[in-house]
Amino acid sequence: MTDAIDVAGLRKSYGKTVALDGLDLTVAPGEVHGFLGPNGSGKTTTIRILLGLLRADGGTARLLGGDPWAQATELHHRLAYVPGDVNLWPNLTGGEVIDLLGRLRGGLDVRRRASLLDRFELNPAVKARAYSKGNRQKVALVAALASDVELLLLDEPTAGLDPLMEAAFRACVREGRSLGRTVLLSSHILSEVEALCDRVTIIRLGRTVETGSLADLRHLTRTSVAAELAAPPVGLDRLAGVHGLEVEGTRMRCEVDTEELDALLKRLTEAGVRSLTCQPPTLEQLFLRHYSGDGPGASDVTAAGERDGAVA
Amino acid sequence: MSTLAGTGALIRLALRRDRTMLAGWIYGLTGFVAATVYGFKKLYPGGVGITIFAATASTNSAFLALYGPMYGISLGSLVAWRDTAVGALGTGLFSVFLMVRHTRADEESGRLELLGSAPVGRHAALVSALVITCCANLVLGAAMTGVAIVLGLPVTGTVAMVAAIIGCGLVFTAVAAVAAQLASTARAARGLAIGLLVGFYLVRALGDAAGPRWVTWLSPIGWAEEIRAFGTIRWWVLALLAVTAVGLAVVAAVLAVHRDYDAGLLPQRPGSPQAAPSLRTPLALAWRLHRAALAAWLVLALVFGGVFGAAAKGIQSLARSSGGMRHAVTQLGGTSQFTDAYFVLVMTMVGLFAAGYAISTVLRLHSEEADGRADPMLATGTGRLAWGLSHLAVAWAGTLLFVLVTGLAAGVGFVATAAGGGSEVGRIVAAALVQVPAALVLAGLAAALFGLVPRASVGGAWSALSVVVLAFLVGTLLQLSHWILDISPFTHVPKLPGSAVSPAPLVWLSVAAVLLTVAGLAGLRRRDIG
Repeated sequence: MTDAIDVAGLRKSYGKTVALDGLDLTVAPGEVHGFLGPNGSGKTTTIRILLGLLRADGGTARLLGGDPWAQATELHHRLAYVPGDVNLWPNLTGGEVIDLLGRLRGGLDVRRRASLLDRFELNPAVKARAYSKGNRQKVALVAALASDVELLLLDEPTAGLDPLMEAAFRACVREGRSLGRTVLLSSHILSEVEALCDRVTIIRLGRTVETGSLADLRHLTRTSVAAELAAPPVGLDRLAGVHGLEVEGTRMRCEVDTEELDALLKRLTEAGVRSLTCQPPTLEQLFLRHYSGDGPGASDVTAAGERDGAVA
Repeated sequence: MSTLAGTGALIRLALRRDRTMLAGWIYGLTGFVAATVYGFKKLYPGGVGITIFAATASTNSAFLALYGPMYGISLGSLVAWRDTAVGALGTGLFSVFLMVRHTRADEESGRLELLGSAPVGRHAALVSALVITCCANLVLGAAMTGVAIVLGLPVTGTVAMVAAIIGCGLVFTAVAAVAAQLASTARAARGLAIGLLVGFYLVRALGDAAGPRWVTWLSPIGWAEEIRAFGTIRWWVLALLAVTAVGLAVVAAVLAVHRDYDAGLLPQRPGSPQAAPSLRTPLALAWRLHRAALAAWLVLALVFGGVFGAAAKGIQSLARSSGGMRHAVTQLGGTSQFTDAYFVLVMTMVGLFAAGYAISTVLRLHSEEADGRADPMLATGTGRLAWGLSHLAVAWAGTLLFVLVTGLAAGVGFVATAAGGGSEVGRIVAAALVQVPAALVLAGLAAALFGLVPRASVGGAWSALSVVVLAFLVGTLLQLSHWILDISPFTHVPKLPGSAVSPAPLVWLSVAAVLLTVAGLAGLRRRDIG
């Protein structure tokens, strides 16, 4: 079975500004894929190339087995798109926009439309000019989710939604996955990606810096450890893979490379453990580690590490 | 924090954003006054013939409706007659656009919200917009005065005339300020203010042409006429304009406090929760987006065609007033039949209006793209060609309809007031329809620019139209022959009614329109969107 999205070495420049610099992205059919990156890292550019709105300067991009530029209109019948910044025709109502976009895509499920309007608490009789940003986003979401499509391209779809609506959105994405839909979810909201996504791709400056399942990525990072010991620990600073070590009498905390965790715990039990807190790395840590300037493999203590250490 | 904090910064920001646009408007409106003064000087050298002209001008009801009565018999009187009401209309439009742009439009786009979070006072946006628009009006007034005096008009009369025009500009600045508080969108605010502007122009047209006189006094544009710049000047009428402008500005400031950001005081009507079954194609959407504007243009077509058709009756007597006038009109008309020549002139104006409509409709493609509304369309099964053609089709059909309605209205207006029957109507409609290919050349240019160099499309297409308008004004008023006459597609349109139709120019103008459009669509298929 071909991948729903298969992007390799994608390049795109606007004049002298390089937007994409050899980006790779693979999304398997039926998976919910998180697409993470800071502002200006190239997420939207990638999605717009996948939609055939932009033409890539180099590299390859395949979408649902086809060429997103040459076969744009055929492919678009099989996907739905929610832009990050939803602009609607001010004199059309939300309901009219939903129906129009659905029909142009090749039909939409009337019952699902009604239930989605209900779940997102959206009044479809309001002219688009009167909608808030969040409500415009809901219009685009309902239009996309009510269509019978294989692939959803969602570009920061929840940026304007309140927490209740975000919960509704998550439920909808989970339902979509159970129906076998593929979802590319570009997002800043890490908890959302952690909750929804099977796999994650992190990009920075137009390049893929990390990709894999959340379990794979956690393996690459550090665990926060805080312990209260029976006696002051010795020799912790000589252990490989220990970072940001703080020792105050019998209390210690540090970050440890996940593969070195075993050695650290052995040393701690030698000193006698009274209490122990071990925190797996959050996606936030992964994210900040890649964005804080040095990319993968940076060995310095990151802002995330320091903050989480303090919490632990 | 003072409610005016940040006003200065907002003014500087606006001047930075608008310097080109402001210069363009001021140049255009000053050029309009300069062209009138210069043109009338050439038509009536030494003032010979003005008396005959004045007799016609004050009895022909179509002229009275368009320009109002003429006060005094001098070059200045002619200029004031021709320019006061129309100049007030132009200056009013300028003021409304500028005012709404810096109040409601900025609010709608969220730019003011961004600024509002900085230390910017509650009244700063309104006051800075008022200051900018008033200053632009004053600069415009100074330019008009200077140019008219340099061209030889007496100082006192000129000052009175320009004060009347600019006074109207200030009144409609304040009208727009109030409209921006009442309506909740820029579009509605502009519509409200321009509706009032056109309404007041028509009220004074009614008063001037049909009476009674007090009807003229119901309109600020009527007040501007009643200053009688080159007759017995009545300065006190200026006070009416000033008091109205200040009063409305205060009303706007009070309203601004009584509403929320981005909210209007007029209620929003709810719409349909479902799309009509027909709203399922790009063309259906394009029609939906353009239909209100087309309706407004068709009303303009009826009024314009009717007034100019009815005015033709008095045109023969005008011809006797000036050899230059006769020459100017017949030169363009290419016929000794003066009424025919007059209709050639009118129909060229119709063609220019049609080109304006066509360009604004084609450029909707650009604003759809720039505002991010093209993306959701093009992410559906809608192809780029289908999307582009949907708006172009409305532009073509709308242009044809506008020209047809104007021609019919002019024909009926002429036959109703003068002689002739159905065949006269047919001749005049044909004279209107030959303008269509030339108008579509400009629409094609807009489409080509949109497809090939989208950033230059708005500026390029409107600049092209202004060159064409200039060629028309130069050709008729200044009687110069120049290369810009030849690049205007309207120069090549057959001079109907009255001369034989030669199909060749119509064919190659149509071919040019099609080729430009095809080039634009080819560009659209290949380029990046957004």
